[in-house]
Amino acid sequence: MTGKRTIVPFGPQHPVLPEPIHLDLVIEDEHVVEAIPSIGYVHRGLESLVDRREYSDFVYLAERICGICSFTHSSTFCQGVEGLMGIEVPARATYLRTMWGEYSRLHSHLLWLGLFADALGFESLFYNAWKIRESILNELEATTGGRVIQGVCKVGGVRRDVTNEFLSGMDKRLDDIEAEMREMTRVFLSDYTLKKRLVGKGVLKADAAYNLGAVGPVARASGLVEDVRTSGYLAYGDISFKPVTVEGCDGYARCEVRCKELFQSVDIIHQIIAGMPEGDVSVPVKGNPDGEFFSRSEQPRGEVIHYLRGNGTKNLTQFRVRTPTLTNVPSLVAMLAGAELADVPQIVLTIDPCIGCMER
Amino acid sequence: MKMLKTILKQFVHKPVTTTFPAEPAKRYAVTRGHVMFDPSKCTSCGICMKRCPSQAVTVDRAAKLWTIDLFRCVICGQCTELCKFDALSLDPAYSSSARPDERGVETYEITYVKPEKPKKDSEIGE
Ligand code: SF4
Ligand code: SF4
Repeated sequence: MTGKRTIVPFGPQHPVLPEPIHLDLVIEDEHVVEAIPSIGYVHRGLESLVDRREYSDFVYLAERICGICSFTHSSTFCQGVEGLMGIEVPARATYLRTMWGEYSRLHSHLLWLGLFADALGFESLFYNAWKIRESILNELEATTGGRVIQGVCKVGGVRRDVTNEFLSGMDKRLDDIEAEMREMTRVFLSDYTLKKRLVGKGVLKADAAYNLGAVGPVARASGLVEDVRTSGYLAYGDISFKPVTVEGCDGYARCEVRCKELFQSVDIIHQIIAGMPEGDVSVPVKGNPDGEFFSRSEQPRGEVIHYLRGNGTKNLTQFRVRTPTLTNVPSLVAMLAGAELADVPQIVLTIDPCIGCMER
Repeated sequence: MKMLKTILKQFVHKPVTTTFPAEPAKRYAVTRGHVMFDPSKCTSCGICMKRCPSQAVTVDRAAKLWTIDLFRCVICGQCTELCKFDALSLDPAYSSSARPDERGVETYEITYVKPEKPKKDSEIGE
């Protein structure tokens, strides 16, 4: 016997999800039959600003697309302009960009783990995750001058150099951070209650993930080897690492991928610091961008694409961003079908939604 | 048993938070706190006004006024890098909080005087 169908509106404001997405959940006996997403609550029109801001000033705006992936947005944008203009960035600058990108990944994943623990009602774990995140933010502030918006990327390189003494200090401090993270992730991966609420919830099989175009930890938790870093942009070509993949396909697997990526990032930063080349951190830039370019990067949440088109003037004619959250929405809808109503908030959180950067 | 270890650790370690404002906030030498303006060096070239991404600065050449809207400034530091005359710098201390009607728009009178050109030898001789 099938029950009566009801539609439960979820969001755009919800206690566990401070992100403005609205879902119409079609419910049948406590089970979600279908989820219909609607977006468009926070559109800021950032992309159309390219014709009013010079490309070199737009780096600051690109950085403000998202508060968490800010560094990756600015480096992806710079990478795009550099590709358009054929600028060769000094090796030290690409290494520094990679390092800051990995620090951003650490702070983003720790932020998500904390928020997730909080959403499940595990307050002390939330505090612990954010305590560790604080030390990552301190490193970022000490090297770039900003905690969340680093403002350190520019077309042609980076604006600040980090001394080698400071880098070796960071190397040592990372070991302490890693020890703390190990203790914290152990709770995430072995706690009975967390497991109970994650294992088997929000299942996304590998072929479904592939067909729906999942990216980032969502794809990797379904066993897909999807990682733009393997394409070797920035300094990733010189680094040895293997994308973290897990076969679980459920909420627990996505949590596990993010936990494991913390240690992967620490490892990458160690390698970056060890192999840091000497030299300048920026080159002078002349001329204006002309032509079109696709710039791709791996953000903490997955692949981001910046499309740029210039016509030889100071302003770009077109700028388009596709963020990982947007790419993961179809996967989210697939995960929600068949889930229990009580699990919806956690499942939505496991894709690490960032609606602000999805809609720009 | 694991839990006991965690509990005992809570008793011995120091608090991880800063008891602000009793204890000053942590800052680094490179922290971008707020923009400082030196009126004696600004030549009112207007670069900072033209290139500020958030349009926080206005330079009035005729009236010799330099204005910054602190509530618009996102402290990106671009103007301090572009100013060729060292009139702008970044201070690591954050500016204190205020209501828009109390403060926010700060106007400075530009006191820069163009240095006199050194006289040419031929002029001195006459
Ligand atoms: S502050 Fe510097 S950049 Fe701005 S108008 Fe004065 S001299 Fe020019
Ligand atoms: S710091 Fe940035 S936002 Fe603030 S006045 Fe300077 S250029 Fe404008």
